[in-house]
Formats: sequence, C-alpha cells, structure tokens
Amino acid sequence: MYQISNIPHGSTYVSTLKDPSLVADIEFKDVTKLYGDVRAVDGMSLTIERGSFFSFLGPSGCGKTTSLRLIAGFEHPTQGGVFIGGKSVIGVPPHKRPVNMVFQHYALFPHMTVAENIGYGLRQRTPRPSKPEMARQIDEMLEMVQMSGFRSRRVWEMSGGQQQRVALARALINRPTVLLLDEPLAALDRKLRRDMQIELQTLQRDVGITFILVTHDQEEALSMSDRICIMRDGKIAQSGSPQDLYDRPVNRYVADFVGKTNFISGNVSRVNGTAVSIISERGQEFSANPSAGTQPFNVGGHANIAVRPELIVIGASTASTEDMHTDVALKGRIKNQIFLGEHTEYLVATDGIGDVLVLSPKHMEHSNGGFAPGDTVTIGWKNERALALVD
Amino acid sequence: MTGSKKGLWLTTALLAPTTLWFLVMLILPLVVVVIFSFGDRAPTGGYAAAFTFDQYANLASRLKAFTNTLTYAPLGTLMTLLVAYPLAYYLAVKVDERWKLLLLVLVIVPFWTSLLIRTYAWIFILGGRGIPSLLAMIGFEDVRLINTSGAVLVGMIYGYLPLMVFPIFVSLEKLDKRLLEASSDLGGSPFRTFIQVTLPLSMPGMVTGCMLVFILLMGEFLIPAFLGGGKIFFIGNALVDLFLQSRNWPFGSALAVTLVIIMLVMVTLYMRLTTGSKTERDQSVM
Ligand SMILES: Nc1ncnc2c1ncn2[C@@H]1O[C@H](COP(=O)(O)OP(=O)(O)OP(=O)(O)O)[C@@H](O)[C@H]1O
Ligand SMILES: [Mg+2]
Repeated sequence: MYQISNIPHGSTYVSTLKDPSLVADIEFKDVTKLYGDVRAVDGMSLTIERGSFFSFLGPSGCGKTTSLRLIAGFEHPTQGGVFIGGKSVIGVPPHKRPVNMVFQHYALFPHMTVAENIGYGLRQRTPRPSKPEMARQIDEMLEMVQMSGFRSRRVWEMSGGQQQRVALARALINRPTVLLLDEPLAALDRKLRRDMQIELQTLQRDVGITFILVTHDQEEALSMSDRICIMRDGKIAQSGSPQDLYDRPVNRYVADFVGKTNFISGNVSRVNGTAVSIISERGQEFSANPSAGTQPFNVGGHANIAVRPELIVIGASTASTEDMHTDVALKGRIKNQIFLGEHTEYLVATDGIGDVLVLSPKHMEHSNGGFAPGDTVTIGWKNERALALVD
Repeated sequence: MTGSKKGLWLTTALLAPTTLWFLVMLILPLVVVVIFSFGDRAPTGGYAAAFTFDQYANLASRLKAFTNTLTYAPLGTLMTLLVAYPLAYYLAVKVDERWKLLLLVLVIVPFWTSLLIRTYAWIFILGGRGIPSLLAMIGFEDVRLINTSGAVLVGMIYGYLPLMVFPIFVSLEKLDKRLLEASSDLGGSPFRTFIQVTLPLSMPGMVTGCMLVFILLMGEFLIPAFLGGGKIFFIGNALVDLFLQSRNWPFGSALAVTLVIIMLVMVTLYMRLTTGSKTERDQSVM
C-alpha cells in the first residue's frame, strides 16, 4: 500500500492555522435549514474543534450533506448562525470562505488535465501566482498524493481511487483551514476504501487542519474520527468520541448505529440510582446500568437493554451463572457460527429473547472447546456491563 | 464456414437499402451537377453535352456573390451565436423547470411557418410603415432600415436562431451543476466560473450550432433577396438566377460545385480548429 501523505522534504505545506490550541473552528448555533416543508437540518448546535477529525454519521436523508453545504456556503440557514473561525459567515459566498470541499463524485473538471484541475484554486487568486510558482505547488501536491506521473492525464483516464486523490489535492492546494469531505470513499471498493481511510487519517494528522467527513458507514466514522456527530432527522442524536458513542450511547438509535448490539425491549419495572430493570415480552426480568441519556426512565414506560456481543459469555448447556461468573444465564441453541480469526461469532437462538449475537474470543474457544451449529448452550452476561436505553 | 458466408450475405442484404438510398439521394445528384458543370449551355437554355472548363473560367464574373456570401455567412453565424447564447443560457440555467418547456416551444413556434412568410413580416417591420415610422414619431426622421446590410443580418439571425439555441441549450442543460459549485468552492467568482467552466463545457453545443447555421447561411438566397433589396447578392441568388431565369445550367452547376468545395474546405478547417487542440493534448499523454 502506498501512502498518500508523503509530504516531500522541505515542503512548504503549512495550513493557514497559526494557533493550534483547541479553539472552535466551526460552530453551528441553533441552525435550521428548510427545503419547503422538509426540515433538512433542525435546530442544530455544535462546535467542531480546530485540527480535529470530525464526522457526520447517519442514515440516508438525515441531513449530513446539508450540514456540510451550510459550511461550504452552497446553502444558507433558514435560521441560526454558522461561524468559521469565530466569524459569522452568513451572506459570505462559497468562493470567499476559507474551506474547501471534496465532492461525493469528485466533480473534477472534465475539460482539464490533472494538473489543471489541481491548479484551479491557484488560478483564482488575485494576484495570481507566477507560472513557475504554480507549477511548483502543483508538483508538490501531486507528490503528496502520490500522483506525480499523472500530470497531463485526463479525468476519465483514471480509476476512482486516482480521481479521489486528484480531488483531494485540488481541495488542499488552497490550504484551507477546514476540509469538507462528502462520502469521499463511497465509490471505492472495500480494499481500496480501507487503504484510503488510513491515508486520509495520516494526511489529516500531517497537515493538521480540520477534516469534516460525511459518511453513513459507521465503521468508517468510528475508525477515523476524533469526534462523531450522529444525526437523526436533522437533529443531533449524540455527539462525542467514538469510544463514548460505543460505550455510552444515550439511546437505542445511537447504540444500534454504532457497532453491533443485542437489544431486549420491554417495560420498566424498577428504577433505582444504579440499575434499571425491565420485564421482557416473555415476562422475564433483566437489569442493567442506566445510560447517560437526558430522558428519564419511568416505571411502566418502554425501554431497552443493550448487550454488546463481546460482553456475552457462552458455555455448555449445563453451565450455571456461578460457572460462568455472570448474572444472567439463558439456554439456547447455536444457529450459526462464523469464524473471524481472533473471534468466533455465534448466532444463538434463545427462548426468552430471540436471536442473540455472541462474539467469543479465541482463548474462550480454547478453554470451552468451541461449539457447532445445533449445539445447545448457555449464554450469560453481567448486569453491570449491560446498558438500559430509551428508544 | 457456411455460417460466415451466410453472415456475409445477410450483411450485404441488410446494407443494400441503406447503400442504395445513400447513392440515389446524395451521390447521384452531386454527380449530375459535376457532369453539368463541365458542359455547355444549350442554345435554348439547359444543358448540352461537352467537356470544357469554360464555366469555371467564367467564375470570376460572379466574384461579388462569392465575397458577399463569404462575409455575410460567417458574420451572420457569429451574430446568431451572440444572440443565441444568452437566450440558451437563460432557458437552461435560470428558468424555473415549470416554464422551461413552454419557453422552448416558443423558440420553435416560428419554425412552423415558412421562412418566406417570416421574412415578409420583417419587410413590413423594417419597412417605411414599421420601425422607421415609430422612430419618426420621436423625432428621428428618414431612418432607412430595409434594403441595408443590417436588415439582411437581422433576417439571418432571426431565421436561424432556433438552430443555434437548441444545441447550446442541450449542452448547458446537461452540464453538471456540481462543477459550478466546485469552481465556486475553489475560489472562482461567478464570472470566472462562467468563463472557465460553463463556456468551455458548452463548446460542443456552440460548435454544432455554428456549423448548422453556417452551412445553411452559405446557401441562403431568400433573406438577401427580400431584405437586401436586390443589392446584396449571395451565391444562392446567383444560382436561382442561373437555373430559373437565364437557364444557364452548366454555369450554375459550376457555381454550385465551387460552393460545395468552399464549404467542405471551411467546415474541415473549422472542425480542425475546434476539436484539434483537444486531440493533440490527449495524444501528448500517451
Ligand atoms: N435541494 C433540495 N431540495 C429539497 N429537499 C432537499 C434538497 N436537498 C436535500 N433535501 C432533503 O433534505 C433532507 C436531508 O438531505 P441530505 O442531502 O442532507 O441528506 P444526507 O444525510 O446527506 O443523505 P444521504 O446519505 O442519502 O446523502 C432529505 O430529506 C432531502 O430529501
Ligand atoms: Mg448526502
């Protein structure tokens, strides 16, 4: 794999950022964007720190692209304020904003060569840099994205990954303080995508500017970002570090979006400071830690208990809670087994709570001998590791 | 083996009608005209078989028609382009989707009547009782519009405008709007975006439109005859005169052949000029 971020020695690449301390680079203050009756963005307030890798994550139509376009200046908020570097940018047209964008399908100019595409931003400057100066900067960018041999290629003579690199170089040559990326990897195959994710991350660290990524791929967001904003119908469902979102989701929507989770839903039977209990549809009671969400749990109200697959222990059909060191023990039958190398993933059909996904680490497989589809087993977990969530 | 023989036979059978159509409709008339152009005028007019270059030697007598055609056709094409582009741009980019179709239809509506009638209308508009009489009311006496070169140009622009508007409209309409956003994102002002992105990407439409209008203007005879007051003669007018009035078919044919050759040369040069630079650059990559 080649690295995108081989910034040449003696490179003059410096972002326009002078004070790298953690200050707000982008700020939304109660931003609403309406398209007719559609609330594409609905009362969003958020702060994106300078120099961070930030992602908007969410299902199709939740307003990710709209948020990005509000920052780029292609759309203007119906209500609220957008700030870049502390200054309001309401009324500032896109060509006067210190941000650049990598478009979803790259939007490279088809009538220009790779070098002309990359140099486009320089040619818009007044005063325009001299020819040799432009050539030097273009070469530097080409080298940075490992595309030096492609100077005079046409856009359609390149693969998706190569086009993506050119789009990146074109956006970075203006040395923006913020780089916006709208699903830049969506068109690439799995392998290339993985490579590019790593390259983007390294690049971001090297150039030190704020990257704002839009994606609906949770794995991508989790692996690349410092902070993630999960959106739902134009609103922020939760925003925080990947670890926060994974370990401390505030509701079922977020838990479901980030990583794989087993849910048990039912009505709340008891609430105290450290535990919430629910009665499942089959009448069984389960307890868990309450989540840090803002909505309270009310006895009788609907709630969910989430248990991550890796927190579930799997044992022989005769095993008890004492044997497994768990609070819960449920009988089940293995429906499916997928070997994943370091882990083995089981799908266990239980009577009480339906199908449960279990991720069993290698050392467990060694100690209990592993299981095969059709085997009857017992699964269990500790209540303190499970999380009670509102919808 | 029989299979491929059968295939060949089938191909021939299928191609035959097309080939025949092409021969009869396009090549045959041209061959006849070329043969005529080397002939003599029969005493009572028409064609008498001969092989002589007399007709071609005589071309210089119609020099004015050639120079007129070769100035007015390119000039008219250019002016039609200048009028058509803003119109096409407005229709493709600015107009709301709901009105687009209606406005497009309005652009073609004039084509539903013949050029003859439409040109007549211009005789009235530009004639004594038209615009000049209005100008007289506000104090500009004795403005003459009809029978001037300006009138001929106006007639040309009007007559062929839709042919120019449509190809440009199509190329502007399919232009990816995200390219304009990309330009703006990279610091391009609206004007520079137009010059650097919109204009070059609508080039194919402009090339097609110019070609269509230019070829038709080269053969034009109605507009100069009606709006030029018989003072501005095109090759087309000379042809009408030679074939219909003086019945000098061989000379007319020689004129027609010369016109075709001039057009071929100009169109080839034009194509070279408009597409050549791109292919050259493409090849330099290889
Ligand atoms: N130009 C527009 N006119 C009208 N409605 C729009 C427009 N752009 C977006 N919308 C609507 O706004 C909502 C949010 O759209 P947006 O493009 O931001 O979604 P997204 O999160 O980027 O989705 P995806 O993952 O599918 O790209 C959608 O309901 C969409 O239909
Ligand atoms: Mg989108």
